[in-house]
Amino acid sequence: MSTRKSGALKGLLAAAGIASAALFATPALAELKGLEIIAPASPGGGWDQHARALQQVMQDQKLASGVQVTNIPGAGGTIGLAQFATAKKRNPAILVGGQIMLGAIVTNKSPVTLDQVAPLARLTGEYTAIVVPTDSPIKTFDDLIKKFKADPGSVSWGGGSAGGSDQILAGLIAKAVGVDPTKVNYVATAGGGELLASALGGHVTLGMGGYNEFAPQFQAGKLRAIAVSAPQRLPGTDTPTLKEQGVDLEFANWRAVFAPANLKPAERKELEEAVAKTVASDQWKQLLKQRDWIDLYQPPEQFAAFLKEERARIEGTLKDIGLVK
Amino acid sequence: MDTLAALGHGFLVALTPYNLLFSAIGVTVGTAVGVLPGIGPALTVALLLPVTYGLEPTSAFIMFAGIYYGAMYGGSTTSILLNAPGESGSIVTAIDGHAMARQGRGAQALATAAIGSFIAGTIGTAALTFVAPLMVKLALLFGPAEYFALMVLALTTVTAVLGNSLARGLASLFIGLALGLVGIDLQTGQARLAFGVPELLDGIDTVVVAVGLFAVGETLYVASRHRFETEEIYALKGSKWMSREDWSRSWKPWLRGTFLGFPIGALPAGGSEIPTFLSYLIEKRLAKKPEEFGKGAIEAVAGPEAANNASAAGVLAPLLSLGLPTSATAAIMLAAFQQYGLQPGPTLFDSNPELVWGMIASLYVGNVLLLVLNLPLVGFWVKLLLIPRPWLYAGILVFSSLGAYTLNNNVVDLVILWVIGLLGFGMRVLNVPVAPCVVGLILGPLAEQQFRRALAISQGDATVFITHPISAALLGIAVLLVVGPMLLRRRQRNAEAAGTPHSSSHSTV
Repeated sequence: MSTRKSGALKGLLAAAGIASAALFATPALAELKGLEIIAPASPGGGWDQHARALQQVMQDQKLASGVQVTNIPGAGGTIGLAQFATAKKRNPAILVGGQIMLGAIVTNKSPVTLDQVAPLARLTGEYTAIVVPTDSPIKTFDDLIKKFKADPGSVSWGGGSAGGSDQILAGLIAKAVGVDPTKVNYVATAGGGELLASALGGHVTLGMGGYNEFAPQFQAGKLRAIAVSAPQRLPGTDTPTLKEQGVDLEFANWRAVFAPANLKPAERKELEEAVAKTVASDQWKQLLKQRDWIDLYQPPEQFAAFLKEERARIEGTLKDIGLVK
Repeated sequence: MDTLAALGHGFLVALTPYNLLFSAIGVTVGTAVGVLPGIGPALTVALLLPVTYGLEPTSAFIMFAGIYYGAMYGGSTTSILLNAPGESGSIVTAIDGHAMARQGRGAQALATAAIGSFIAGTIGTAALTFVAPLMVKLALLFGPAEYFALMVLALTTVTAVLGNSLARGLASLFIGLALGLVGIDLQTGQARLAFGVPELLDGIDTVVVAVGLFAVGETLYVASRHRFETEEIYALKGSKWMSREDWSRSWKPWLRGTFLGFPIGALPAGGSEIPTFLSYLIEKRLAKKPEEFGKGAIEAVAGPEAANNASAAGVLAPLLSLGLPTSATAAIMLAAFQQYGLQPGPTLFDSNPELVWGMIASLYVGNVLLLVLNLPLVGFWVKLLLIPRPWLYAGILVFSSLGAYTLNNNVVDLVILWVIGLLGFGMRVLNVPVAPCVVGLILGPLAEQQFRRALAISQGDATVFITHPISAALLGIAVLLVVGPMLLRRRQRNAEAAGTPHSSSHSTV
């Protein structure tokens, strides 16, 4: 938006002007102008919320100005990824993404992969809880595994979309306890409310999803968490980890940001610094606390190494489950 | 009594001039986004979230609730006047609502939609106030088997929109079912009928199909026939008020629509389309003149419009009492609760009574504001139809294309819209009804997913559909709805054949 608009137009643009006035007040030195944050999902989901959180903090911290969030939903983020990787951008841009994208790239046979973008930082993550209704005959994770080993088909695992994080974790657990991963009776839902309702109503044996998504139901005594995929028990909770219960697994549904691959080193450095400063700010830390997001920040090199391992693990599991040949 | 006291306090919160202002902003913005196809309440609330960060949570939620209700109201306007449904909940409204508009009864259609929405919204909000916990208990009884049965029941709506030829009607239904298969299969993650086009992986949006078939298809058809015959479109014929007959034909559908919409809206996989389908079906079955359906029956506007607004109230029941989001808008409102550090879910009523009851009270207030906003505008809206035909239709095309593009900011949606528009044109030329196609597109994939989920959980035992009582009951009703009228007709024919021989000419329709 230009500041040279005529007086008459200014009146019309009053509402927009209030929003932009803050940006023009004190321009910092190394400010990214017109940064575009691509959320490859519909408004409201985790990726969209991360994009909007970044937008808010980067603007407030004067790390970037005129930040725009663009939603390009579809196909587990691969449509947004493809558009991001192939677009010729004049403005700086970053892409929000996460673990689900890894699986979606393989199952959707996406022509564009994460090789065509540059890892910028891992931001946050969520550990998966395995939950059962309070009145379920399954009281512990051991009960579950006994039932699962005796008759794999009798355990229906309710979770998010096919090939997503929840199904991958189910496959990993099956493999770890020595059951054929193709025997997992996975029931895919649209996630969110639909999954919660099937778990609460006892229509599936167990539900899988982000710990915090279920947390209010634990407090109300309607659902019980029998395991969490974190390395240690989550602060303030007494849900035992998978590791404690004999399954040597750690699993986080992480979210990250990526940069275009074809940037000049100086340009990439600029983006890296902006993101690093964003996550170091008190405002970001407070925001994480407020939203119950777990800080899993990794700088570019570390994240790139993690990404390589994670890709191998996820692609391997998808083959084990039989979703990918 | 506690509830009433809490609600009374809620009204004190909602009626402060400050909150009243936000309610007014909400319903106005909501009506506007409801009118535009492509921009829905979910996107609007998401866009407003960062803007409302500095507001009191109560004021923000009062505004969001206003947007949600307003969008349900606004969606009917374009359905009726332009045959371009703004929201999937108002697709059914287009069938008879637009037919009424073409006969110069657009004002009555808009009025019955507005008043029906008001009544449904008010009763729905009352139900939310008093029976929300009960509804939620009921909703949790619904598993995949029950949902499948509900979808089958809704699919019987097809019998009400098949038109004169069974073969043509079924052809249309199967086109819809096939279109519904496009995209990633939820259960296996495999792509179906996507032909390697990544944009098709998430399936074809129902609003794009409905706008393509209804608005674009018809526009092309009218343009192709314009040289040969010009059908007269009246903006307004006679009074713009509803006649005594309109009232007496509307009030029962309003109530029936409300009682369908609220409980189905409260179901986690219910949605706003299914009650509108069922309402259409029931009204046709109960109507004194079922032959008017599809040609501008006021019941067919009154019922579904009430149903979609009542379902909007129903959606809030599991959201507020369990923290269960059952629609895209509800999911974003849940995110908004979290933004304010509020714990949505079973404890919200106790921990933030002011917010919850203020919001519920604001729904009552919003309903009144919506009626005040919409009824006087009826006379203004119908003037749209006075625009010269070529301009009006060009306008509809631009408007539809714009809507399809904004949906995902994607050119592929535009191509889909136009291909479907050509399909709709072809169907109109060949006299194939388009409504069954939309019914198939919406219900087919839902029914399929629930069917497969039910079988996965039962490990392939198909008897779950009959051993679960709710499922068995719903399937039984569905069978009755299909077989009943056939038997009735046969008995009638036999009776007529036995009675006066020449009266059989009546039953040829």
